[in-house]
Amino acid sequence: MPAPIRLRELIRTIRTARTQAEEREMIQKECAAIRSSFREEDNTYRCRNVAKLLYMHMLGYPAHFGQLECLKLIASQKFTDKRIGYLGAMLLLDERQDVHLLMTNCIKNDLNHSTQYVQGVALCTLGCMGSAEMCRDLAGEVEKLLKTSNSYLRKKAALCAVHVIRKVPELMEMFLPATKNLLNEKNHGVLHTSVVLLTEMCERSPDMLAHFRKLVPQLVRILKNLIMSGYSPEHDVSGISDPFLQVRILRLLRILGKGDDDSSEAMNDILAQVATNTETSKNVGNAILYETVLTIMDIKSESGLRVLAINILGRFLLNNDKNIRYVALTSLLKTVQTDHNAVQRHRSTIVDCLKDLDVSIKRRAMELSFALVNGNNVRGMMKELLHFLDMCDPEFKADCASGIFLAAEKYAPSKRWHIDTIMKVLTTAGSYVRDDSVPNLIQLITNSVEMHSYTVQRLYKAVLDDISQQPLVQVASWCMGEYGDLLVSGQCEEEEPIHVTEDEVLDVLEGVLVSNLSSPITRGYALTAIMKLSTRFSSVNRIKRVVSIYGSSIDVELQQRAVEYNALFKKYDHMRSALLERMPIMEKTTTNGPTEILHTNGEAEPSVRDSKHPPNIPQPSSQANDLLDLLGGNDVVPVIQTELPTKPASSGGELLDLLGDLSLSGVPAPAAPISVSQPTFLLDGISSQPLFNDVAGAIPPMTAYNKNGLKIDFTFERSNSNPNVSVITIHASNLTEVDMADFVFQAAVPKTFQLQLLSPSSNVVPGLNKGTVTQVIKVLNPQKQQLRMRIKLTYTHKGSSVQDLAEVNNFPTQSWQ
Amino acid sequence: MMRFLLLFSRQGKLRLQKWFTPLVERERKKVVRDMTLMVLGRPPRSCNFLHWKDLKVVYKRYASLYFCCGLDDKDNELLALEVLHRYVELLDKYFGNVCELDIIFNFEKAYFILDEFLMGGEVQETSKVTVAKSIEASDMLQETMEEYMSKPAF
Repeated sequence: MPAPIRLRELIRTIRTARTQAEEREMIQKECAAIRSSFREEDNTYRCRNVAKLLYMHMLGYPAHFGQLECLKLIASQKFTDKRIGYLGAMLLLDERQDVHLLMTNCIKNDLNHSTQYVQGVALCTLGCMGSAEMCRDLAGEVEKLLKTSNSYLRKKAALCAVHVIRKVPELMEMFLPATKNLLNEKNHGVLHTSVVLLTEMCERSPDMLAHFRKLVPQLVRILKNLIMSGYSPEHDVSGISDPFLQVRILRLLRILGKGDDDSSEAMNDILAQVATNTETSKNVGNAILYETVLTIMDIKSESGLRVLAINILGRFLLNNDKNIRYVALTSLLKTVQTDHNAVQRHRSTIVDCLKDLDVSIKRRAMELSFALVNGNNVRGMMKELLHFLDMCDPEFKADCASGIFLAAEKYAPSKRWHIDTIMKVLTTAGSYVRDDSVPNLIQLITNSVEMHSYTVQRLYKAVLDDISQQPLVQVASWCMGEYGDLLVSGQCEEEEPIHVTEDEVLDVLEGVLVSNLSSPITRGYALTAIMKLSTRFSSVNRIKRVVSIYGSSIDVELQQRAVEYNALFKKYDHMRSALLERMPIMEKTTTNGPTEILHTNGEAEPSVRDSKHPPNIPQPSSQANDLLDLLGGNDVVPVIQTELPTKPASSGGELLDLLGDLSLSGVPAPAAPISVSQPTFLLDGISSQPLFNDVAGAIPPMTAYNKNGLKIDFTFERSNSNPNVSVITIHASNLTEVDMADFVFQAAVPKTFQLQLLSPSSNVVPGLNKGTVTQVIKVLNPQKQQLRMRIKLTYTHKGSSVQDLAEVNNFPTQSWQ
Repeated sequence: MMRFLLLFSRQGKLRLQKWFTPLVERERKKVVRDMTLMVLGRPPRSCNFLHWKDLKVVYKRYASLYFCCGLDDKDNELLALEVLHRYVELLDKYFGNVCELDIIFNFEKAYFILDEFLMGGEVQETSKVTVAKSIEASDMLQETMEEYMSKPAF
């Protein structure tokens, strides 16, 4: 059999292929030849064949059949074989396949080989791809080599140890004794890898960190020698002596000095020296300065040093080299939290970076700019950021818009400015704005009561031009629905009022409804807005027409809305005005994240509530549990014996849960549904009675239970403090001759209610109606649903214990409305 | 630590791949594809740093070859540029005015040189001279074809 072709020849041949198909053909032919050669167990040419296989692997062709051959090469005595074998192992084997474990023994033998280059190759392979099992098996060998006097092996063993520790952190302890004299080396290679090893150990174990703190003086000395020593040709890079080692030492010092006063103090001088003396004309000097700055900022350095560090970063920002500018922006972003004022000084340079052509720099500059916005500079910064929003690539727009909203909310100097800023964002980047901003913006707009006419006017004008940007159209539709009356009335204090007729407004909204550009959600907004205008405009017929058309829309959501609105027109017209009344001011709650305090000039904003109060968890007594069991259904809540719970605040996006938030006294205003998920309460529970009830009139009492001589009457009162709470007093009377003792009254209500039972006056109901037991029940009925109750009575009568359950459904409507 | 080091041409052909973390073949291919697309897609005078997943990517173009490495968040990017440059210098010293063809035809040597310079994603030797000497000595250990044929395998 002729000798297999040589590697270089194969490469040359493959490169002559003119098409992919031709190349594939050549490769397949060669692979077949190699396979048969492997089958013949040809020792002589195995090395050559594996090398060729590795070339083909790099081109992207499968080479797994060579894995075992690599192992055979590793086991060979020839250095040429071993070299290629180990290379093949590193490229073709991975620790997920068990076959790699077969290497372990070979590596072990090679680690003890007489030739240092064989040992070196074995160490290298272990240090690059050794799996956890291999590391466990061979850690002892590595540790031995770490203590050898041969610096070539020592440096490799150190990095191999680093890999072992990364794979099997528990083995760290094992290498501790060997680290004792590592820093006493003169050899830079050993020194460098030792510092890497020490860094790895300190990062992983606080104990090690404490242990190695004592090395700080030695590290400082080594660094000093590097800086002060004269030219050393072997390690020189553009006039700087061994920058790799310098940077690693600085990094280790950073870890050792963090949070420790003494260590930080010991390194102050050297850090100042490096910061001031390093040559900055080339990248290598800047690399060292960069690491120095990071170290200064992380340890407990004195303020002078910190200022020096920030100034270095400031100089970096002005550097012509893009890489340096990028690195400066990244570092400033890290330090802006701790040294805010110092970074502020460089604000103008940072803002200039927004105009840089480089994408990476722009992103960093944007993030940093947002971090720098505060009450003093908000106007100027916003102008720059809005300009950036206009000019930037689409990939930035969403983040930039969100950032602007956040910053505007935090630092808006006036309501008008805030609204103007929002408008600019919506018109500039309206389609990139995040979905959750729409409800937030609506909530913001409702809160700025005096700006309503200005807002709706501006939104109207914006929508006239362009209805393609969904968030803009949604907010505009909502506002036109709410404040359409202000729009046509032509009153606007903030700017020149425009003349708009009702028909023009309806034209715009109908345009949104029919447009192909509008998403289903936007259409929903538009339809509801049109409906709302039926109480604000006089052209009701037109609105009726639109609404009835959509009653047969294919879109189920629109259809449902239209049908319900139709019903409003037809059957419930008397309720329409109340339902579609102006929205009350919504209280802002944060859904997630820390609470933020709103600063606005001249406006006393309430500080933001904490995220949702969790509803009080009722503490059911065992009796209540029985009640639940007996009642079976899970729409019943046991009696709450605790304080009247606070109502859960609505989350930011959920604008429907409004009734819980209303603190309006007097007239309870119903909430009209405005966003997608509608509750059905609009049509639920509507009786022929008027929805609201101007209080006054006493609520008639009722008999809840009357059996076996026990009669229980309910009398009602409205609570003064809370219109949702009904106060029911039960009066239990006994018409039999014998007293009823141990009388216990329990009640349960459906889930949407909450109930509080106060103590009874007594637990003996005297016979012959000689007296009554009274007990107060407080019922919270936030959703104004029909009150239903199940009661359970237990008492002892004539020596035997009596238990009874009953349902009470005949509550007078005034008691729960 | 460095997670990987890739060399590829302007046409996206891979010339060298060194992996310092365990990845299966499929994942490696994906990384190579992503890196090639990202780096080759950069406008000419951009900065040499990118962000990809949770890694910093540092790349530098030398003639027709792109040298691209992936770093941890804690690593110094500016120093990584120096590391790449040092590797190129080592190749240059060995091959004498190294060009892409040298690396294509002698890829195994390129790997051997790399293995004397980096290990486990960290620099193992900071002296150019020492690395060159080790390579030279290792090469001397390699048997000539005649020696190879005559020496028994075991």
